[in-house]
Amino acid sequence: MVDIIPLFVLIPLGAAFVCLLAKKKLPAAAPTVSLASALALLAMAVACHVEGASGASIAGAWSLELHGGVAFIPGIALVLDGLSAIFLLLVALVSSVVIVFGLRYMDSYDGRPLYYALLNLLIAGMNGAVLAGDLFNLYVFIEIASIASYALVAFGTGGHEIEAAFKYLMLGAVASASILIGVGILYASTGLLNMADIGAMVAAGNVSEGALLAAAALFLGGLGLKAAMMPFHAWLPDAHPSAPAPISAMLSGLLIKTLGIYALVRILYVVIGMDGPLGGSLQTILLVLGCVSMLGGVLLGLGQTDFKRLLAYHSISQMGFVLVALGANTWLGVAAGLFHAVNHALFKGALFLSAGSIERITGTRDLSKMGGLAKVAPMTAVGTAGAALSIAGVPPFNGFWSKLLILIALFQAGLPVVAAAAAITAVLTLVCFTKVQRKALFGKLPDRLATAKDVPLSMSMPVLLLALLCLLGGLMWPLGLDDVIGDAAAAVRTDAETNDAPASYRKLVHDLGRKP
Amino acid sequence: MMMYALAAVLLGVGLYGLLVKRHLLKKVLGLLIVEHAVNLFLIQLGYIDGGIAPIRTAGEEAAAFVGNAVDPLPQVLVLTSIVIGLGLAMLMVALTLRIYQRYGSLDADRMSELKG
Repeated sequence: MVDIIPLFVLIPLGAAFVCLLAKKKLPAAAPTVSLASALALLAMAVACHVEGASGASIAGAWSLELHGGVAFIPGIALVLDGLSAIFLLLVALVSSVVIVFGLRYMDSYDGRPLYYALLNLLIAGMNGAVLAGDLFNLYVFIEIASIASYALVAFGTGGHEIEAAFKYLMLGAVASASILIGVGILYASTGLLNMADIGAMVAAGNVSEGALLAAAALFLGGLGLKAAMMPFHAWLPDAHPSAPAPISAMLSGLLIKTLGIYALVRILYVVIGMDGPLGGSLQTILLVLGCVSMLGGVLLGLGQTDFKRLLAYHSISQMGFVLVALGANTWLGVAAGLFHAVNHALFKGALFLSAGSIERITGTRDLSKMGGLAKVAPMTAVGTAGAALSIAGVPPFNGFWSKLLILIALFQAGLPVVAAAAAITAVLTLVCFTKVQRKALFGKLPDRLATAKDVPLSMSMPVLLLALLCLLGGLMWPLGLDDVIGDAAAAVRTDAETNDAPASYRKLVHDLGRKP
Repeated sequence: MMMYALAAVLLGVGLYGLLVKRHLLKKVLGLLIVEHAVNLFLIQLGYIDGGIAPIRTAGEEAAAFVGNAVDPLPQVLVLTSIVIGLGLAMLMVALTLRIYQRYGSLDADRMSELKG
């Protein structure tokens, strides 16, 4: 299984090149190649999980074999563990659905081969970031995904799109510089770039606390901006709604999680160490940022009438849930946070896609000009309603279970105040999405929409599929999903049993050098 | 130490240009300065006073070579980072051009479509 790890990056990268090469001669090849690549990634990710479920360890590490003299030097290390695997599956799943949705949706845009090339580049960057075993490769893959996303936000080439992309690029560049300086500081104080090796040195207490603190602050700032935490969120409500609907779904559903949440979890838990001397202050910072994002995002979202902008503010707020769960610094907290991140990818992906469908049906994104869509567009309405119930946290949808787990984790960690903030946010989210449903799906159909038609099946089925997965995700939690997410959490956070998570990650990487 | 201070000053100048200045070209220049500041910082991590280039010639004593040569790894990082920076700068210039074509102005205050 280890040998297929580099394919997770190479397949989408190759697909991007094919899309560009075939741009002039065979523009129709781009969607086919992209879909085939996404489905191949999905099959590979599922295969990894099936192997993981059959008892064998899901984990593996791969590296270019450079032979420097006699010693084996691991080159570009790619490491697959439970945490990476769950994100790989998520990226493959959502991107496949998004590509199917885009087949018809993108009809109204020019330069579709370029769209597919950038989309594949985005997928390659995200997969690479999730698999990267050293800090600099993590940075490079983050940049690949980011640059593709800047260009995709501007893809509509309207005034609004380009301005949003410019602002996103400006702040993204500052974030990247901050991450790179953080990498430099860790390299200066350890002489290493491999995350597992740096983690071992930090755990042994061989790194000065000042350097660690500086690096942690720079990573928190840089990755926090990529994850749109509240003081660094200004770009998101412009950038995410400006992109074409499939890209909004990719950005909100996947990008802020793979570049933001995954990288934060990996760096804070494995490299810097939440049990180390900085653990307490990092925990406080995560909790404060999480609470501010949760409450701020949902309050700003309440007043929005633009459907996509409202969804973007809720992305900030839902990322806040994930952050406070990570800040609980327990195995249950990390598991609940990851479960919520997975759920958010499913329901926010569905909601952004359905916002695209609704815009196609009604010609507007303004919620106050919609109404009664359940009558004219039943398929889209059912999918939207399912996803909205899920983000609102209505049982038995998955959003309910992950929010409940987060509350339990916060109470167990002795943080009732944070739990109360999370509960308030959950109620406000429910209020907000009840309003959305009432305004868009039910109520009176405006006269001008009386002849409106539902979108083609290739656009309504993806939304329905994601909504169905939201429902299944909730029902599956006790039936196996808890093991998958639990493994992912146990990969970074020591659970109740005597498993030292960062140490097992280090062992995984160190076994590389001892391969025959 | 002087050079680290220079990198810090450059970083400050670049961030000022990028985030405070309202002229889009000044923002682009700010981005370039930020990138160079970071590169300057990285390249110094491997520098040793009077060090030689990290290319080992035949017959050179390994221990002496390792003692004298500068650390090649930061140089590799900076090369990669320059390429990434080039991509970012090109994209930013392309967006600036589009904005100019659309509004006939490079003043960020005249771009009214965004609220935040």
